[in-house]
Amino acid sequence: MIYDFSKLTSSLDQLLLSVLPPFWVLLVEALLVLIAGLAAFAVLGMILVYMERKVCAFFQVRLGPNRVGKWGTLQLIADMLKLLTKELVTPRGVDVLLYNVAPFIIIMAAFLSFGALPFARGLHAIDFNIGVFYLMAVSSLAVLGILLGGWASNNKYTVIGAMRSGAQVVSYELSVGLTYITMVAFAGTMQLSGIVEAQADGWFLFKGHLPALIAFVVFLIASTAEANRGPFDLAEAESELIAGYHTEYSGLRFAFFYLAEYLNMFIGAAIAATLFLGGWMPLHIGSWEAFNAVMDFIPPIVWFFGKTFLLVWVTMWFKWTFPRLRIDQLLTLEWKYLMPVSFFNLLLMTVIILLGWHF
Amino acid sequence: MMPTDFKDNEALEQLRESGTNVVLTTVSDLVSWGRANSLWPLMFATSCCGIEIMAAGAARTDFSRFGIEVYRSSPRQADLMVVAGTIVHKMAPVLKRLYDQMADPKYVVAMGNCAISGGPFRDSYHVVNGIEDIIPVDVYIPGCPVRPEALLYGIMQLQRKIKVSYSLPLGKKEEDK
Amino acid sequence: MTDQALLDKVLAFAPGKVAVEEYVNTYPALRVEADALHDLARFLKENEETDFDYLMCLSGVDWGANLGVVYHLRSTRHGHVLVLKTQTPERITPTIDTISDLWVGAEFHEREVYDMFGIRFTNHPDMRRIFMSDKWMGFPLRKDYQASNPLHLETEGAYEDEGIRKLASGKGKDETFIINFGPQHPSTHGVLRLVITLEGENVDQVQPHCGYIHRGIEKMCEHLTYQQIVHLTDRMDYLSAHINNEAVCLCVEKALQVEVPLRAQYIRTIMDELTRVASHLLFWTSFGMDLGATTCFFYSMRERDHILDIFEETCGARLVLSYVCPGGVMYDLHPNFQRRVKDFIREMRRRLPEYHRLLSGNVIFQGRSRNIGVLSHENAVSFGVTGPSGRASGWHCDVRKQDPYHVYSQVDFQEAIRTEGDVFARYMLRMDELETSLNIIEQLIDQIPSGDYAAKMKPVIRVPEGEYYQRVETARGDLGVWLVSQGDKFPYRLKFRSPGFSTLAALPHLCHGFKIADLIAISGSLDFVIPDIDR
Ligand code: SF4
Repeated sequence: MIYDFSKLTSSLDQLLLSVLPPFWVLLVEALLVLIAGLAAFAVLGMILVYMERKVCAFFQVRLGPNRVGKWGTLQLIADMLKLLTKELVTPRGVDVLLYNVAPFIIIMAAFLSFGALPFARGLHAIDFNIGVFYLMAVSSLAVLGILLGGWASNNKYTVIGAMRSGAQVVSYELSVGLTYITMVAFAGTMQLSGIVEAQADGWFLFKGHLPALIAFVVFLIASTAEANRGPFDLAEAESELIAGYHTEYSGLRFAFFYLAEYLNMFIGAAIAATLFLGGWMPLHIGSWEAFNAVMDFIPPIVWFFGKTFLLVWVTMWFKWTFPRLRIDQLLTLEWKYLMPVSFFNLLLMTVIILLGWHF
Repeated sequence: MMPTDFKDNEALEQLRESGTNVVLTTVSDLVSWGRANSLWPLMFATSCCGIEIMAAGAARTDFSRFGIEVYRSSPRQADLMVVAGTIVHKMAPVLKRLYDQMADPKYVVAMGNCAISGGPFRDSYHVVNGIEDIIPVDVYIPGCPVRPEALLYGIMQLQRKIKVSYSLPLGKKEEDK
Repeated sequence: MTDQALLDKVLAFAPGKVAVEEYVNTYPALRVEADALHDLARFLKENEETDFDYLMCLSGVDWGANLGVVYHLRSTRHGHVLVLKTQTPERITPTIDTISDLWVGAEFHEREVYDMFGIRFTNHPDMRRIFMSDKWMGFPLRKDYQASNPLHLETEGAYEDEGIRKLASGKGKDETFIINFGPQHPSTHGVLRLVITLEGENVDQVQPHCGYIHRGIEKMCEHLTYQQIVHLTDRMDYLSAHINNEAVCLCVEKALQVEVPLRAQYIRTIMDELTRVASHLLFWTSFGMDLGATTCFFYSMRERDHILDIFEETCGARLVLSYVCPGGVMYDLHPNFQRRVKDFIREMRRRLPEYHRLLSGNVIFQGRSRNIGVLSHENAVSFGVTGPSGRASGWHCDVRKQDPYHVYSQVDFQEAIRTEGDVFARYMLRMDELETSLNIIEQLIDQIPSGDYAAKMKPVIRVPEGEYYQRVETARGDLGVWLVSQGDKFPYRLKFRSPGFSTLAALPHLCHGFKIADLIAISGSLDFVIPDIDR
């Protein structure tokens, strides 16, 4: 009853196979996926930036962009045009290769994670059987870009920013990983589509009750930190480090950093939605058949984006409310609180699974 | 027309209307439109006028409505430098250096009498009499201090100016003729 | 101790080297030989009965034949004030003993005197220019200053600066991690430049570099009439512009012995407190932003705009008011004034709890501000950190209580005091003061008497010969104006003892061993306005 995108893709596959040899089909499909992915990527990025500005304006009792296009909707197009045509400065004394590569690493890390997200049934670029593991691996690539960018810029502020970010991401990676494992243990599979399917009769957040709830909260905090979002935005801490690790970047390269920040936030929220809130699965409540049928009526892609944007909104809410942490407090939070809690939580989850105390 | 005639936006707009009608300028116009509507400012605020910049960014005269949203403190990412406040001899090299560090295209707004001419401190031994001695200025906004509304008006003038200027080299050649 | 007893005591300490000065009108004053100065200063500071622990003001002056230095000392325990005046024998290579070993705060003041007059202080730990760059020719505040200094546009290399060389000299150039905060940095609140050395994330040394907005106001004042000077004082501490204006006006009025009409006094007091509220609101804004809580900005700017509206209606300006003139105020109040001020107070009372909910109570905020940058009472006095920052260290330094001017003596208000001396105390103290100010306004707003709003003054004011000192309490602390007049329509010398300057001197002391992020929090909590420091 839920529309399966794999029908569409397989018929496309059949169509291509009928006119082209298999190798070419593969190539064409890869290309199509790439284009679709990139387009979605860019559009999402713009929506997110626009959303951030409006949400931020809402919290700050002002209007936000409203002059360029209706309600300022064209604002992002203008920004994009501007950034595309801005000069690319390469300051003296930078390590040219690393300096140029860093933004691409960051945007690539975001893109790679993006590819694995299940947007709707049958709508994802790759569906590994080790999807969660893959996500963990690629999402930590971004820190490489930050470190390289900060180091290669030959600027003291960027180095401090990069080092902070290194310490931060590596630490919070642990909590993120542990919450992944907790949920994987619960789901019994690492395949993202499998995890979503397993939530057909109730989201993990409800099914796994206490440990899932703890994992959810820990994950929200840790993934915000991993994406370098406020209140954990120490790496770019405007009031301390000018613009942190990307201080020396201009134009398109800066746009990559800027975009990657938002997309990482989106990816974090999307993973949280997938692991805890059932991904594209509609809200089903036990035996309320009529209710479930109505819920099924809403297309899964809407469910997915709805949940994700809700979580994105929550992270924005964090950012515009809290002051920034200091580096030692940040590390204390991780090593003294979040990580022990996650470990304990994993144990709790295992016990609960073994005893069958879940719904 | 002599170069000295291009004093204000009216002159520029007249120039645009008379003559240079090239189809390809549409692209250029599009880019100009983008640039005009996405001016990320670097606030070079040294004294009193800087407080009025803050006031202009606050909720009552919200800057961000015009796309002047993202305050960049890194010169590399800024498009517009708002010089607000007195520039003294010791500060002048810093001002120039920051301007040099900005990526093209870059614009400068001189906000307040001090930045325009030295203002009340014109006679002092340590004050630069107008930043145009140091960097080129696009828009002057007089006032001491400049009111937030005036600042907005000044920046809208800059947007107008950017919209009529050519943003691609192709346009420039036409202008040279 | 009475003034006379004090003078007798000092005269007995160093007979022959000290003479009572007849010339000064405000405080008892002594003329001291340069070579006896240091011993006398030590005596005055360490003697129990005199106990001059607060160096209010240290100014240089060019007397023509020789150069002078004037010290305004105050005892926080006994409350008496003494002025010491000393002179260098000649003006080619003038030297005087430093007193920075007695009052730490003197270090910066002496550097300023060196910068402006060329008087070298022997045994001073760091005798460099403070405002002008090392290459600057001549000493601007000397009366015969004529050097022409062309505009240099090339940036100095880092190690060209004497101070930075000194910082690096400890461990060698390559091992010290030196970074530059400013002069153009989002959170130095203006154009302060802090050169800091780091050990990892920890701040080791901090070296403030000032002068990036030094406009030479004191020199300009020497060629302006008193009415004109008022307009320049606005631009020093523009956040308490109105109070700055008053300082000069009060000083002139004191010299001329003009009686300011009661109505004008009421108006001035109310405007004073409104200014203070506006300034503390801006503090809240910028402090929040320093700590990364950007949203604070918009809330307090919203309330601040109400005050600016009241100002605008009263005198036409929003920020730099110049509403006060010698003798009273420029215009009468707008009929709406009382109603709008009352509306504002009601509004503000409603908002304050919101502020506390958003920021003061936040766990992250408290974690970042408690026990950070602790300034002890003793140090606060020694550095001369006045105003809210001093009071947060438990020092009763409110000029409104000590030397009441206007109608402050008739108002019933408590001086806000906290004793912790950390960032959080300084923050909370300002929030307390907001409430105090609202209370003061509330007491006065219905009492404004009718009558003249300004006393009749001559169009050209000639201040009688003499020296005058006037203190007022700005939103940042004790602002002193020292006026030397020779009976002319221009002052002979006008010195502003700006609160921020002394506060800045304490910054390096406070930051040692804390993190970079704390440095920002500490400098934010001291709440200085750079043009006020540089003048
Ligand atoms: S123009 Fe006036 S308000 Fe602006 S910086 Fe100069 S003196 Fe201050």
